[in-house]
Amino acid sequence: MSTTNWVSRAGFGLMSLPARVIEPVMSGVQRLIGIKRMPWFFLIPNLTAVMLFALLPVLINVFYSLTGSDRLYPQDRPWVGGRNYETLFDCTNYLDPSTCSRDLFWRALGNTLTFVPIQVVCMIGIALITALCLNREIRGRGFFRGVFFFPVMLSPVVVALTWQWILQRNGALNGIFSAIGLNPVNWLVFPNTAFFWSVFVTVWAHMGFYTIILLAGLQAIPRDVYEAAKMDSASNWRVFTKITLPLLRPVLLVVFILSMIRSVQTFDELYILTGGGPGSATMLMVQYIYEIGFAIQPRNFGLAAAASLLLGAALLVFTAIQLHLSRRAQNG
Amino acid sequence: MVDVTLARKSAPSGTFSWLFARRGRQGFDWSDALTYGFLLLGVLVMFTPVLWVVISSFKTPANLSEFPPTVLPYSAERVEVEGYAQPLPLFEVAGEDGEVRLLAQIRRVGLNAQMIDPQDVEAGPFTVPVASAVPLRQVNFVLENYTNLLVGQGGDIWRYVYNSLFITVVATVITLIMNSMAAFALSKYKFRGRNVALLAILATLMIPATVVLVPTYLIVAQLGLVGNLWGVILPTVATPTGVFLLRQYMLTIPDELIEAARMDHASEWRIFWRIILPLSSPALAVVAIFSILSRWNDFLLPLIVLNRREVFTLQLALASYQNENEIRYDLLLSMTTLTALPLALSFIFLQRYITSGIASTGIK
Repeated sequence: MSTTNWVSRAGFGLMSLPARVIEPVMSGVQRLIGIKRMPWFFLIPNLTAVMLFALLPVLINVFYSLTGSDRLYPQDRPWVGGRNYETLFDCTNYLDPSTCSRDLFWRALGNTLTFVPIQVVCMIGIALITALCLNREIRGRGFFRGVFFFPVMLSPVVVALTWQWILQRNGALNGIFSAIGLNPVNWLVFPNTAFFWSVFVTVWAHMGFYTIILLAGLQAIPRDVYEAAKMDSASNWRVFTKITLPLLRPVLLVVFILSMIRSVQTFDELYILTGGGPGSATMLMVQYIYEIGFAIQPRNFGLAAAASLLLGAALLVFTAIQLHLSRRAQNG
Repeated sequence: MVDVTLARKSAPSGTFSWLFARRGRQGFDWSDALTYGFLLLGVLVMFTPVLWVVISSFKTPANLSEFPPTVLPYSAERVEVEGYAQPLPLFEVAGEDGEVRLLAQIRRVGLNAQMIDPQDVEAGPFTVPVASAVPLRQVNFVLENYTNLLVGQGGDIWRYVYNSLFITVVATVITLIMNSMAAFALSKYKFRGRNVALLAILATLMIPATVVLVPTYLIVAQLGLVGNLWGVILPTVATPTGVFLLRQYMLTIPDELIEAARMDHASEWRIFWRIILPLSSPALAVVAIFSILSRWNDFLLPLIVLNRREVFTLQLALASYQNENEIRYDLLLSMTTLTALPLALSFIFLQRYITSGIASTGIK
């Protein structure tokens, strides 16, 4: 409570000064346009921003994906029809990225398709175990919850640099390895270990977020359901599968969709931790879009737009499938 | 292992049934032990990496490049010797007779070093083989990395701090005002097109920022804001989750308050500013915290829009240190610590808001 008071007092104290100037102006506006149009007056700033930076970009993206050249401004860009999409899909053998004209796109796609399921399943699994532990009657629950949650507050750059400092050739992990008589490993130089640590670090950074949501879901399950089960002397496992899981399903679904959408868009951490390397072993889709549209010269905005539209479409389809499956499971 | 065999006897359903046992029992048993074991392992895995970075940031560059790394920061012990401007590093030198003496090194020459006895300066310098000298070190948290970072480098860091602060504060203030204005309109008025407007705002939930990266850059470029802090602020101010959260909250504020104010001839803006906003402060706090968090930590949009060093945010500057050929871990570690510090501190105070915000809306 005291925090609320402090925050609001400071905030509104500051706000009252310009308010004295703004209020006469605003009542003038109201006299001018009439009270009926005031809701639109309140809406316009937000709607403008939404139009300009969310809805309009989708349309522009479509236009970009259908035009070519490295020019930024639409009027300079020649129409190429579906050629950007053709370029992306130009493969002799779809299972072998090296036969494609844009092999990096297919490698990034393959990496994303491997990374996302592994990362999401590991993360939700660990988050669920953690939430179940935190939901028990334990001492220091607030402390433990904070410990699991605090990496969510760290910036992706800080997370990546922290782990890079530990995983580098002369880092702490190799220090521990050499202390127990194992050979130091160059963790981020080999594709398999780099991939493992990519998953590990992203799980480390984000699992606290989903733990909090799952914990809230667990705490929302009414207690008397459990007491009834206890009366019937149901085993713990049975209680978990027959009561906890079904009642938690809506929350689990939200967590799955949220984490999948975010996992597909993973960029910051891996861009700094591995740079997509070694080679392209940990390059995911968003990094490909960034590289092709902004980093590699000449910038290929058309290809980047086409790839990001495909990414957006895939996200929509996956979300729809997940929602559909869950609805069927609930009805069935 | 004993725990597990016990578990098999009492709960035939499997090794992991301890997890699914629910609270509300008496006493301390094996399932509690496993729970605490898991949580303590979690503390170790979640906490030590960050702690390690903080400890490392107090090491000297020489100490940082050692392998295997020392747990605590060590630095060479130095001593003032008459006749020498700089303090000299101390060494433990084993003589031929096995006697260990404490000597200060003046300079190294190949495999030998010129040393002097700090207790007996008159005896003059003598030559000692390097192999028999062990540097005397002590645990020492040096602040050198921080002073180098804050004062050295031409004070560039303050520019990055300013840029990050400017973006975070301005974007958050605009977000709060704009989103609460929209939420007010969508919750307290009935007008044609209201549902369409709400839908248009909420539909943007389905459009991840990474998917519209290229056109966002175009619009920022068209507005002439590439390389300008406003180019990072404007695309992020209209957050659908913010509008949604505030609208849901404002729906719970009774309409009678507004009608009473209208009776007193309050203007609509006055109603919004003096009644609705103060009453919405819990929701505003949640939106503000998340706005601050995401603006301070933002990386991809600044990466493409802020293309000059002068407009770099802290995050971009941090990442750029790492990209340069020679990684300056001494600067990198102290800067990482400083970048994470404000959020870590605010987290202690605001944890309840943050977790309740996440739990109720799933925003981030």
